[in-house]
Amino acid sequence: MPKFAPKLSELKKEFEEKPSLLKGDYPDKELFDTPVEFRDGNWCYPAKPEIVEDLGFANPRKWAPTDDDWKLPDGWEKTIKDGMKDRLERFRSFKLFLDTCVRCGACADKCHFFLGTGDPKNMPVARAELIRSVYRNDFPLAEKILKGFSGARKLTPEVIKEWHMYFHQCTECRRCSVFCPFGIDTAEITMMGRELLHLIGVNNNWILGPVSNCNRTGNHLGIEPHTFVQNVESLAEDIEDLTGVAIEPTFNRKGAEVLFITPSGDVFADPGVYTMMGYLLLFEHIGLDYTISTYASEGGNFGFFTSNEMAKKLNAKMYHEAKRLGVKWILGGECGHMWRVVHQYMDTMNGPADFLEQPVSPVTGTKFSNAASTKMVHIAEFTADLIKHGKLKLDPKRNNHLKTTFHDSCNIARGMGMLEEPRYILNNVCNTFHEMPENTIREQTFCCGSGSGINTEEYMDIRLRGGFPRANAVRHVKETHDVDSLVTICAIDRATLPALMNYWNPGVSVYGLHELVGNALVMEGENKRTEDLREDPMAGFEDEEDDED
Amino acid sequence: MKKALMPLVMVVLLALVPYVAVQFAGLDFLFGVIVPYVAIVVFIGGFVYRVVDWARSPVPFRIPTTCGQEKSLDWIKQNRLESPSNFWQAAARVLSEVFFFRSLFRNTRAELHNGPKLAYGSSKWLWLAGLAFHWSMLVIVLRHYRFFIAKVPGFVQLMENVDGFLDVTLPALYLTDVVIVAAVTFLVVRRFQDAKVRLISLPADYFPLFMIFAIAVVGIFMRYITKVDVMSVKDLMINLVHFNLTLPEGIGALFYVHLFLVCVLAMYFPFSKLVHMGGIFMSPTRNLSNNSREKRHVNPWNPDIKIRTYAEYEDEFREKMKKANLPVEKK
Repeated sequence: MPKFAPKLSELKKEFEEKPSLLKGDYPDKELFDTPVEFRDGNWCYPAKPEIVEDLGFANPRKWAPTDDDWKLPDGWEKTIKDGMKDRLERFRSFKLFLDTCVRCGACADKCHFFLGTGDPKNMPVARAELIRSVYRNDFPLAEKILKGFSGARKLTPEVIKEWHMYFHQCTECRRCSVFCPFGIDTAEITMMGRELLHLIGVNNNWILGPVSNCNRTGNHLGIEPHTFVQNVESLAEDIEDLTGVAIEPTFNRKGAEVLFITPSGDVFADPGVYTMMGYLLLFEHIGLDYTISTYASEGGNFGFFTSNEMAKKLNAKMYHEAKRLGVKWILGGECGHMWRVVHQYMDTMNGPADFLEQPVSPVTGTKFSNAASTKMVHIAEFTADLIKHGKLKLDPKRNNHLKTTFHDSCNIARGMGMLEEPRYILNNVCNTFHEMPENTIREQTFCCGSGSGINTEEYMDIRLRGGFPRANAVRHVKETHDVDSLVTICAIDRATLPALMNYWNPGVSVYGLHELVGNALVMEGENKRTEDLREDPMAGFEDEEDDED
Repeated sequence: MKKALMPLVMVVLLALVPYVAVQFAGLDFLFGVIVPYVAIVVFIGGFVYRVVDWARSPVPFRIPTTCGQEKSLDWIKQNRLESPSNFWQAAARVLSEVFFFRSLFRNTRAELHNGPKLAYGSSKWLWLAGLAFHWSMLVIVLRHYRFFIAKVPGFVQLMENVDGFLDVTLPALYLTDVVIVAAVTFLVVRRFQDAKVRLISLPADYFPLFMIFAIAVVGIFMRYITKVDVMSVKDLMINLVHFNLTLPEGIGALFYVHLFLVCVLAMYFPFSKLVHMGGIFMSPTRNLSNNSREKRHVNPWNPDIKIRTYAEYEDEFREKMKKANLPVEKK
């Protein structure tokens, strides 16, 4: 059991016995009368002063959310108010979403954090009211005259503490915005809230650490070039041991047709590495002319969880490197927030990428017209196209030892709209795919509970609660269809869902989609396969006589 | 309850003011001419100001919330409404929100059962009541057009005939009158009954509901019970439209209550949450097409950011890169 996790029996008891707004119990106190309480498991370590300084963020110092005095800089109220005014002028979304909410409550029970904690301030509408109340007090017109009337309040250190707590109990997953009649997106509110907090040095080390690493070494994990290469090569060796196929990926190679970029978690972290092995097998299978960069060695972008400027800074490396290497287009691996940035932000921030060409699959000739400007294709689009054209030799029976379900990652579903491609691939590489209930998949998918840079150990209490709705839906297919494998297309999912499954649904393992592709690919000249990429035995391949090969 | 009390008192007071002023102080001119003009100026001026104010802030990023399959490979069916890839599809998406409250139609209700187990049930009452409320409001507002123009246009006549098809009272009972009172009642009761909504409700949420309720009830009273002198009312309105500042006789104080509440609501409108009427058209998560990889979206304030270039990276790691047989730019 992780250190900061609540005891399962106690948490279950809490769900069942403690009065909660979710169950219809009206709290004793009004929304803003409840003070925030930081305790073990519900706050992330603040960023180290040297990291804050190095990145040029404000107010580097030693502090902790549990301190009474957060050592906010002099004039912090003005900094926040000026920062708010500036953002209201730059982001229509921010201004509009503060103004148009009618508090209809449609979003209230759509948030995984509200469903998992029952905390009133985790209703998306209430989370936004944390900022709206300050906005009304200082900005618009008639509201000033009628203070109590429209829920305005003064900006105090208590408000900042509340912002810090609840803008880190939002993973910017956008589920609420699907249901909002005005499309109000709490992710926009949270992003602005976090930008404002950074102006006065209220931050999170789990986000700023990776940002700093990514800036310097090219990836969140801080892997230096030689180690990065070693690690990918060792995965290639594992593939050779397992299949007998020798794969020699190239790095920083000029003139390759395609630059492949994936989250560094796929290179370093279990179980992401098996997904990486899947990519390598796939590229070998089709003879793709590709290279991997050690400089642009991160698909993800934790800068996106601090400010749009930092997101731009980290994202810029992709085009910068693609230009230097002279590739034709970029292929991106499985990741959620990476694709939110690539799909909705990259071309705007760092384009136009006129030094690249419109992506064309070298194997099928398919022109990816939907990526005509950004020139970056998602691996699931790429692979789905290969399968559709019959270019892959697949044996889905090789995944018969897994009973799968598919978790749509928030950003891919609600910030990109890629729903069918991964399902098409999954149906072609395994025989046992069962969907979770309809209110928990596709555009209504539930977050893993740990997105947007809060997947840190000391935050486990909140993560396990926030992930409860997802875990609950997995449990449903586990009970009805014996599902034991949760397939994802997101590196943060691969990093965080194992802990969530161990807690709520022991016996369910987490897989990347291309790991299953890698299992199913029949490679030319391969050895007889009896084990999958994890070296787990495959079902139906144990017996020598059954195999005609 | 406390949060509903203040707006309730406000509405009662606002209703009493013109009644007393007209009935006992003879201030017909103030409430029949001056206040309506002020109200219309504030309403239009304020609303334009708000919309222009929103429009002045740019949309730096293309951020539609995609609620369906994007346009990608030819053989994958795109959801044109929920993941629009061009202007017209996005326009259809916005209009489906405006006319049918499409997103609200998705509404579910989460329930926590022992286990613990979450279940999501269909919950369309808010959608139904909201739609009934807004549509009947629109029909009622359009029906009132007959008071502002000498010859009643055909569409208004048609609307009245359809609305009054039940023909059960004299004058004929309008269906929308019944629906709006029922829908507003539901929306108020819901704010009390659902603990979640009760907690987030502000006095500013009850106020417009009570105002609209009062306006509707006074209107119904005038039409079906006290039978206000409709021709005088029409004379007044036509006079106002033509800037003829004479006041017809014998309209009755109840009408001034109705008119005054409408005027207050109109003046309150641009400075309150009621601006959602304009906001819904401008919401960037709904009105943008999901084609940001196909066509570049331009951010007018795109900042210049100094990045860590490859050259700087290589400078730091060159020796390590060489040892790992990685190609380098500078030997």
